Amino acid sequence: MSRHVIAKAGELQPGEHKVVEVKGREIGLFNIGGEYFAISNRCPHEGGPLCSGMITGIVLSDGPGKYRIERKGEFVRCPWHGWEFDIRTGQSWCDPKSTKVRAFQVKVEPGEELVKGPYVAETFSVAVEEDYLIIEL
Amino acid sequence: MNIPVREVRATQKLSFVDGDIHPAFRQISDLYPFLPARWREHMQTYGEHWRQGLSGQLSYPRMMASGMRADAFPEDGPPGSDLKLMQTQHLDANDVEIGNLVALSRGGMEERNLDFAAALSKAVNDWQIETWVKPEPRLRAGIVVPQEDAAFAAAEIERRASDPRFVQVIFAPRTSDPLGHRRYWPIYEAAERHNLPIGLHSGAFSGGYASTSSGWPTYYMQEHYGFFTTMQTVMTSLIFEGVFDRFPKLKIVLIEGGFTWAPALGWRMDKHWERMRSEIPLKRKPSEYMRDNFWYTTQPIEEPFKPEHLGEVIGWLGWDRLIFSSDYPHWDFDHPRYIFKFHVTPEQRAMVLRENAKAVYGYK
Repeated sequence: MSRHVIAKAGELQPGEHKVVEVKGREIGLFNIGGEYFAISNRCPHEGGPLCSGMITGIVLSDGPGKYRIERKGEFVRCPWHGWEFDIRTGQSWCDPKSTKVRAFQVKVEPGEELVKGPYVAETFSVAVEEDYLIIEL
Repeated sequence: MNIPVREVRATQKLSFVDGDIHPAFRQISDLYPFLPARWREHMQTYGEHWRQGLSGQLSYPRMMASGMRADAFPEDGPPGSDLKLMQTQHLDANDVEIGNLVALSRGGMEERNLDFAAALSKAVNDWQIETWVKPEPRLRAGIVVPQEDAAFAAAEIERRASDPRFVQVIFAPRTSDPLGHRRYWPIYEAAERHNLPIGLHSGAFSGGYASTSSGWPTYYMQEHYGFFTTMQTVMTSLIFEGVFDRFPKLKIVLIEGGFTWAPALGWRMDKHWERMRSEIPLKRKPSEYMRDNFWYTTQPIEEPFKPEHLGEVIGWLGWDRLIFSSDYPHWDFDHPRYIFKFHVTPEQRAMVLRENAKAVYGYK
């Protein structure tokens, strides 16, 4: 396991996401309301490119004809079969008992801590005066 | 635990035959170079008159991006219209050895004007060769015919049969009469004579009928399930009308209509036929025609709660009956690496992914 700098903290605004590559793995990085989350870009159902799917909420129903959408922007829907995953936890909404996409904890660290190491910066150098997003893999 | 995509690609390539790939037009004018001026003008002046009404569209919307894989849209045109994207996203990425094209729209299957339908059929067949098979020889075409004009359909089969780039005959399973009817027999006669399977693809068009046998459904999910019941009526019509007594070597491939229903239908047909055979004096038990004359593509394959149950059903049906299909670029795409979520032998896997298709289609 090593810690990886994957983005600058200011790079993703709330509601935005991007796919980064860490150790050959594609990982989707999301900013939901100022909090950062990361999940694998590989759908655990059949391997689809999960994070290129629609970012959405979840439709809940209390009975026929009663619908509501909750947690807008907190689910990703795989572009292949439409399986929905909770971006916060990686949990599947279709099959919550046995399917989960791998989720990674994202930490925000100031550049002045990072330059002390040991970290692996994937694509850019770290400046002391900025904050960075870190995952461990 | 997720496995990095790159490692899988590098170490576990699965060469396979894909029984269901859908090519699309970027726009309808893609067909014009293949239509005589008379019919090009007809199309521009009067348009198409589909059997269902509502020409040029599905009778209901579909989920996801119009029923498409959301990552399969090229920069220009609809999914399935860009060969390069099909190659990078499917043929190359998944290591397709041979792929059967199933051209669903505008081949005259749904056109009411039969002279126009004949021109559309010829045009779509030429378009498949020029636009798809010539530049990408892994792809194979299907002879798309307007089944409501069986004489023309048989002539079109005759015209294309010596070209090995065409591997089957394609028409809509929801015909004006149930398709065992004798008005369609010239098509079966031509197909059998040239040893060309008939590929019947469910869905796509309604043929003017409600999409479920009990009427128009409220939800897309009901319509999707209706593909299965359509295929059951297709099978019972072909068997009980005596098509296989007349054309015993005729091969029928049911595309995207499921297969798990088939063993139970066979049991049921046999039971009733034993008691009522005086009404229909078939030469053999209904399930024997099912066992010898029908094949099934796999997608969308069932994913039962206990995955091994699917293996039991396939055992009842026969492992030699299944042909893998992806349905690229549609949203309910199946991936060859994930269709079996239970233990299968290497022989069983090879049959479904390659060998059965090669035996049925006899690719050259």
